[in-house]
Amino acid sequence: MDRVAGEAGDFTVTLLRKPRYVLEEKCTGCTTCVEYCPALCPDAFNQGLSQSKAIHIHYAQAIPLIAYIDDSCLYLKERKCRICEAVCKNRAIDFRQKPETLAVNVGAVILAPGFEPYDPRESGRYGYGRLANVVTSMDFERLMCATGPTEGEIRRPSDGRPPRRIAWVQCVGSRRVTPGENRYCSAVCCTYTQKQVILTKDHDPEAACTIFHNDVRSFGKDFERFCERAARLPDVRFIRSYVSIVGETAGSNVVVRYATASEGVREEEFDLVVLSVGMKPPAEAARLAERFGIALDPSGFCRVDPAHPLQTSRPGVFVSGAFAGPMDIPESVFAASGAGARCGELLSRRRGRLARERVFPPEKDVAAEEPRVGVFVCHCGANIGRVVDVPATVEYARGLPHVVYAQEQLFSCATNCAKEITAIAREKGLNRLVVAACSPRTLEPLFRDTLREAGLNPYFFEMANIREHCSWVHSLEKDAATRKARDIVRMSVARASRLEPLKEFTLPVHKAALVLGGGVAGMTCALSIAAQGHLVHLVERGEDLGGLARRLHTSLDGMDIPARVRDLAERVYANPRIRVYTRARVVSAEGYIGNFLTRIASDRGESEIRHGATVIATGADLYRPAEYRYGQDGRVLTLLELEEAIARGEERVLGAGRTVMIQCVGCRNAERTYCSRICCSAAVKNARRLKELNPAMDVCILYRDMMTYGFREEAYREAAERGVRFIRFEPERPPRVEAVAEGGASVLRVVVDDPVLGRTLAMDAGVLALAAAVVPAADAPEIAGLFKVALGPDGFFKEAHVKLRPVEFATDGVFLCGQAHYPKHLPETIKQAYGAAGRVAALLANDTVVASGAVCEVLERRCIGCGSCIAACTYGAIRISETKAGPKAAVNPVLCKGDGLCNAKCPTGAIVLKHFTDEELASQIDAAADAAASETLNRKAG
Amino acid sequence: MNQENGSALTETVRLLCRTPGGPRFGDVLVVGGGISGIQASLDLASAGFKVYLIDRGPAIGGRMAQLDKTFPTNDCSM
Repeated sequence: MDRVAGEAGDFTVTLLRKPRYVLEEKCTGCTTCVEYCPALCPDAFNQGLSQSKAIHIHYAQAIPLIAYIDDSCLYLKERKCRICEAVCKNRAIDFRQKPETLAVNVGAVILAPGFEPYDPRESGRYGYGRLANVVTSMDFERLMCATGPTEGEIRRPSDGRPPRRIAWVQCVGSRRVTPGENRYCSAVCCTYTQKQVILTKDHDPEAACTIFHNDVRSFGKDFERFCERAARLPDVRFIRSYVSIVGETAGSNVVVRYATASEGVREEEFDLVVLSVGMKPPAEAARLAERFGIALDPSGFCRVDPAHPLQTSRPGVFVSGAFAGPMDIPESVFAASGAGARCGELLSRRRGRLARERVFPPEKDVAAEEPRVGVFVCHCGANIGRVVDVPATVEYARGLPHVVYAQEQLFSCATNCAKEITAIAREKGLNRLVVAACSPRTLEPLFRDTLREAGLNPYFFEMANIREHCSWVHSLEKDAATRKARDIVRMSVARASRLEPLKEFTLPVHKAALVLGGGVAGMTCALSIAAQGHLVHLVERGEDLGGLARRLHTSLDGMDIPARVRDLAERVYANPRIRVYTRARVVSAEGYIGNFLTRIASDRGESEIRHGATVIATGADLYRPAEYRYGQDGRVLTLLELEEAIARGEERVLGAGRTVMIQCVGCRNAERTYCSRICCSAAVKNARRLKELNPAMDVCILYRDMMTYGFREEAYREAAERGVRFIRFEPERPPRVEAVAEGGASVLRVVVDDPVLGRTLAMDAGVLALAAAVVPAADAPEIAGLFKVALGPDGFFKEAHVKLRPVEFATDGVFLCGQAHYPKHLPETIKQAYGAAGRVAALLANDTVVASGAVCEVLERRCIGCGSCIAACTYGAIRISETKAGPKAAVNPVLCKGDGLCNAKCPTGAIVLKHFTDEELASQIDAAADAAASETLNRKAG
Repeated sequence: MNQENGSALTETVRLLCRTPGGPRFGDVLVVGGGISGIQASLDLASAGFKVYLIDRGPAIGGRMAQLDKTFPTNDCSM
């Protein structure tokens, strides 16, 4: 990226394309050149832990999967060698390539340059780069990975031995004021460390894992349970202590010094130390800022306004991902969809003018042909190949009935392998394909496209899951796993031979959205969808718009929340594309993606709404504490009530001699195994405000782990500097609150065991504020039932995929955002709301959607019209209709989700689930049960 | 960008869109081919926009491609 000129709607960006020295259209990714290249260089993808060649492919599943030549090339440096040119059969090497300048004209820009992992050498304190067995967490990711330098065997750098005693050091480069380190919290390290511990124990159950940590910030959805899972593993210690790396022993073990309250200062030897490094702004941040003319914040990340978290300081230039500050993958993903929505708002008028459709060749009719099955067995790097004997499995597959071709592949999902499958299917005249690899959940759609490319019906495909169902769960029993892989492949081949071609349905899309919930999430989402050109029905259960945010007054990042909520509501009411329904209730909901029909009872009376997409933004409720004398003593408030009292200027609050806050009230316990994410920041915010208004007040926050992640860390530090007292307590010994009569007055006494001082502290509080948990909205189960979407174990709505589909449900056409998904801060809610709006617009932009062909069908002849199928169907897809032969069931294929519940209920076997017919499944079961019979068949066929 | 100049912008864009572009004319430029840049590009493309996705490296995937698994489900990063 070289220069940017123009303005929103009409930017001209000059790009500089570096030469690859390899012709993209000729390179097949065969890696012969890599084999012969004599120039070794550290492999950046493997964090420099292994060697690569000057010509190489970036990583095994890289897109595009073609080689490139980097600066370590002997020819580029000294005009010698050119071996690669000689060995490339396709003549794909081209040393004449020069840097190329090209100008593109675009209407909007999204900056997503990501982050840079912190380099511990910057502080010089951790021995990284000096001690061989001190690695960063990014290094460790590669050491664990099947495609890494050690092929998935964790080995330490000094001598290649598997480490038995491993220590993780948290907050390296984060939450520190020391020179060379960063003050903010990087937000992801606590949980990725727990992941690394769990995976390490999977690799080596004998490994002893020690985590030296500060607060454990398990503030995200499902993080708390994940953390408990790591802590429950044998030989896993969580030690709350800062550490220093003392040095190494003669055997290259690393000596770590730490201190605990019970044992004082100790030194301990570890085979390997992993530094949990945080995030830094991307290396090119300053250059990007200068070229685009956008502002950075003091820590070097892109500056964003908390109320507009996806836009930079330059109109038409948006930001997504960790360039806007440390964040995890789901947030990066919904921020991306959100930034897309912001572009869509700007450019909605030119939508569709430049895009082109993917075209597949016409489908061949192979129904009359004998099955000709091709089997592709994937190594998945080492994920499968390390456990299952892949070549032997291929050999076995070759002998199975109807199999005319079989081969192995390193990564079947890689672009080149998928192309190879298409090419071979054409060449060998295959009409059924089996890919033995991973779960069909993620990659089945990709392989179905592979069949389409070969001119085959996409339902002639079967995936044999030899990873999740085999290599991952039997990693220690290689022979047995290989036998099982054969069984799975044999079953899949049997089923594949009986598969039938199916037709998918094209459905029209009704270009309107229904947004449930008129809080900040719902309003933001509705406004964005409307700005992208679609009609929105906004349904709010309360009397007015605004939701929970109406009770908030200030935020840590300085957002004027009341003004923001007012502004949103005014714009919603003024928008001609948004119809607002207040005091509304969903009476019924039916339909499917593109064609929902929802009945609403509201101030407008009964309304019937047709819409193509549904957004659930129904927010959350607050826990009403039953503990700490709440409701019995007027001095005990929730944090939100405290905030309201401060805003009203109540003297009993502002004039209190001491305010005590207790965190984690009603969550992070046995009943609610999650952290409410926002309460620690709310406590710091209110503590800071109280100190501002009454500097003499003693403010104490009793906490378990301060969850002030990201840039909120600065406010936490500042509050401590201003004299707010932070006192930690252990969950086993929570604070006690009692009303004590003293000198004729009732005193509210808070007693807490301080594990740092090893003492019990008693303090009398003028006001006690409880950080009451954020709990799922009371109507969540009802709404989930109406729209046929799922709730997670904590009662919040459950997204389709925690990382990659964070704003949509498994039910097509239904999306979610805001606290209905999980407690979150307003900027996060706003981002997610834009994210949902982006996904909705991507759906509504199309005139049609395609529905699966794997649905149920009634064989009328067998149907006795008993209706048991109707009771079994949760989608309302079956109706009884009168025919000449009496009442018969009929399936609406568009509503049917193919779950097969009706099949099991039908007493006469009259309902067939296509793609999972009795014959197809029975053939699979027969093949499983009778290995010997299959062998016999095999011989006959041979 | 606040809302007032937001609507003025929309108007400018509307005018600009009337002029057809050359072969290097697209809708959105996405800088960075990590998970966030890929997601933004896919969404915009399925919403009917032409996208240029650029990355300084030789392949897309970014940092996430370097990870072995992801928390809290331990799903494969690929």
